[in-house]
Amino acid sequence: MALTGLDIYKQLPKKNCKECGVPTCLAFAMALASGKAALDACPYVTEAAREALNSASAPPIKAVKFGKDSVLGDETVLFRHDKTFYHPTTLLIHVSDTLSDDELRVKLQEIKNLEFERVGLHYSIDGVAVVNDSGDARRFAQVAAEMAESTDKSLVLLSEDPQAVKAALVQLVSRKPLIGAATAANYEAMVNLAKENSVPVIIRAEGLDALNDLVEKAQALGYKEFVLDPGSRTPVETLANLTHLRRLAIKKKFRPFGYPVIAFTGKSEPLEEIMEASIYVAKYASAVVLKTSSQAHLLPLMTLRQNIYTDPQKPIQVEPSLHSVGNVNENSPLYITTNFSLTYYSVEGEVETSKIPSYILPIDTDGTSVLTAYAAGKFEPEKITEAMLACGIADKVKHRTVIIPGYVAVISGKLAVLSGWKVVVGPRESSGIVSFSKTLSLS
Amino acid sequence: MSVTLVKERYASKVGEVVLGATPEQGGTRTATVTVGGDSALPFLHFEGQMPNRPVIAMEVTDIVPAWQELITRQIGDVLNDPAAWAKKCVDEFGADLIFLKFDGADPEGENRSPEDCARIVREVLAAVGVPLIVEGCDDPAKNNEVMTAIAEAAAGENLLIGFAEQDNYKSIVAAAMVHKHTLIARSPLDINICKQLNILINEMGLPLNKIIIDPTVAGLGFGIEYVYSIMERARLGALANDKMLSMPMICNIGSEANRCKEAYVSAEEYPGWGDLADRSVLWEAVTASGVLQVGASILVMRNPAAVRLVRKNIADLMSE
Repeated sequence: MALTGLDIYKQLPKKNCKECGVPTCLAFAMALASGKAALDACPYVTEAAREALNSASAPPIKAVKFGKDSVLGDETVLFRHDKTFYHPTTLLIHVSDTLSDDELRVKLQEIKNLEFERVGLHYSIDGVAVVNDSGDARRFAQVAAEMAESTDKSLVLLSEDPQAVKAALVQLVSRKPLIGAATAANYEAMVNLAKENSVPVIIRAEGLDALNDLVEKAQALGYKEFVLDPGSRTPVETLANLTHLRRLAIKKKFRPFGYPVIAFTGKSEPLEEIMEASIYVAKYASAVVLKTSSQAHLLPLMTLRQNIYTDPQKPIQVEPSLHSVGNVNENSPLYITTNFSLTYYSVEGEVETSKIPSYILPIDTDGTSVLTAYAAGKFEPEKITEAMLACGIADKVKHRTVIIPGYVAVISGKLAVLSGWKVVVGPRESSGIVSFSKTLSLS
Repeated sequence: MSVTLVKERYASKVGEVVLGATPEQGGTRTATVTVGGDSALPFLHFEGQMPNRPVIAMEVTDIVPAWQELITRQIGDVLNDPAAWAKKCVDEFGADLIFLKFDGADPEGENRSPEDCARIVREVLAAVGVPLIVEGCDDPAKNNEVMTAIAEAAAGENLLIGFAEQDNYKSIVAAAMVHKHTLIARSPLDINICKQLNILINEMGLPLNKIIIDPTVAGLGFGIEYVYSIMERARLGALANDKMLSMPMICNIGSEANRCKEAYVSAEEYPGWGDLADRSVLWEAVTASGVLQVGASILVMRNPAAVRLVRKNIADLMSE
């Protein structure tokens, strides 16, 4: 969001004194716009102009960091296809301080189980939001301390009462929790508490007008580590608010909304809650607080998050080396595919289902699928032969049969000649591998 | 101080497409279903209209499907009777439409004849009053024969028939035109082919309000982000007055989501993934949620529990 030379020129003193080393103010503005000069070279620029120019060149949405590596905000687009979304939605599990000690133990165990392995990726839950439902500051501090002790994940401390937050925060400052919420009623105490302890704070108001007012008041206290909560708790209102906040920050550079946004689900039925949260993950929430903590519920949501936040320009790839599925032996079949992770894991999943221990050799196609790679000349018999030689498969199996994807049947002749192996054309879709593998005889 | 919100002003909107035909319109449906017409991005009611909510079509196959037990158990003993199965989807599961798929027509499978397929379509038409979506099998040549026979047998019903592809569209377009049906235009996750195919179909004389786009869906975790961005671009194209991208979109969620391992392997096999019952329902439902956020108008679904969940999600998002 760089400013144009003319935008900058409007803010300059227009003395044309040449003291900056440039003949005119307009030329200096042009130099600034192209990054060839620094604003400090002008001795007459006013404080107001300096502030305006600095904030205009700042990113549209501030990056707010807290806890263990949690980064909120710092996004630049409304649609992932325009560039990419950078910081995957931070997912937090709601832990109420009204839970009994036994219930807390169960909850904690569930939270610990929220680590997943799928298609070669690791997903994990980001943190815990301790909520002071009890109204008792001591209990809140106690539960927060217990959570902090049992998990190294990021922490959020939520209470309307600044004293309660203070009591919990005192012992946990080193963990840099996110605190909140600052509301119209308590914002001075809450924002000052955040400022004194250098932790970020949630600013909550009902609706965008009230939120704008409150952010401006909070900023006047000389602090800017904010996370916004527009107060809505229904899907359709929250979707609208998330959209407004992101648009105003990016398209209008509206500074009061240049902060990340946190969303809270309203649904209490867990499956409905995940459906609600899936909207917020797709549409701009930097953090979502969830009540459910069951594995079966979080895995689909975390998969959606990973998918949406994948960089559209960089396909996820697997290591283009020989992979094995099951306890492979000298009779195991050899499948050839590409190193595009989706392609590879579709094949791996089916080979695994076939229950026949097998080798899979993904060819380095820069992470493109079979047909895309073939069309681009990246899935040629020469390249496959080379990869087969390099991985040493000939020493690992006693047969000399290689299986290629059905869509590239056309390369089988040349591959057979170059590699000296018998080439078997497999099914077009990986879904056909299971039945194909049953009829396969390696000789 | 009141904040001036950014409300987009779009040049155009998504076209409206009517499915089915009542007796007055030459069919036998008890009511038609209209999709499309959106003049804003999905569910952003503050800047445009979404006159028709997204609808759910439930999948019925002509042969007993090899679906996982969690789904077939809910459907029960009607799996071998497409008409009874369709009726159950409408009466008990609240399907807005029936998606009838002729896997049995596959020459490498049961090789059901086109006449036999047409008979089953008539039976399902007699059993339910909702509009029908009908697709043949995956063999292009056979599909053309089957769909031609079906289109003729159900002339006037305004079925949504599928599917036309870039290198195989002429016979099915002709069948749709002659027998007054609506057509699914399927492109392989490629917005340029999508647009080109719509142009080719339209050039044969089928009006734009008789075409539905199938962008080809991938399941959650297996490429849904590609579908997501292609649909988002198509929707932005429609709003910016690109007529050849302005058709409503259909997404075949059920078959894609349930192909993903996460939707069917047990917790015993993958203990880290949690209980299968809820995971399976959510795998299909979250796939649907993803495409709803980028403009899907028709969701083809399988699991009755996932259908319930998605219907609730749509109702929440449509309430103003």
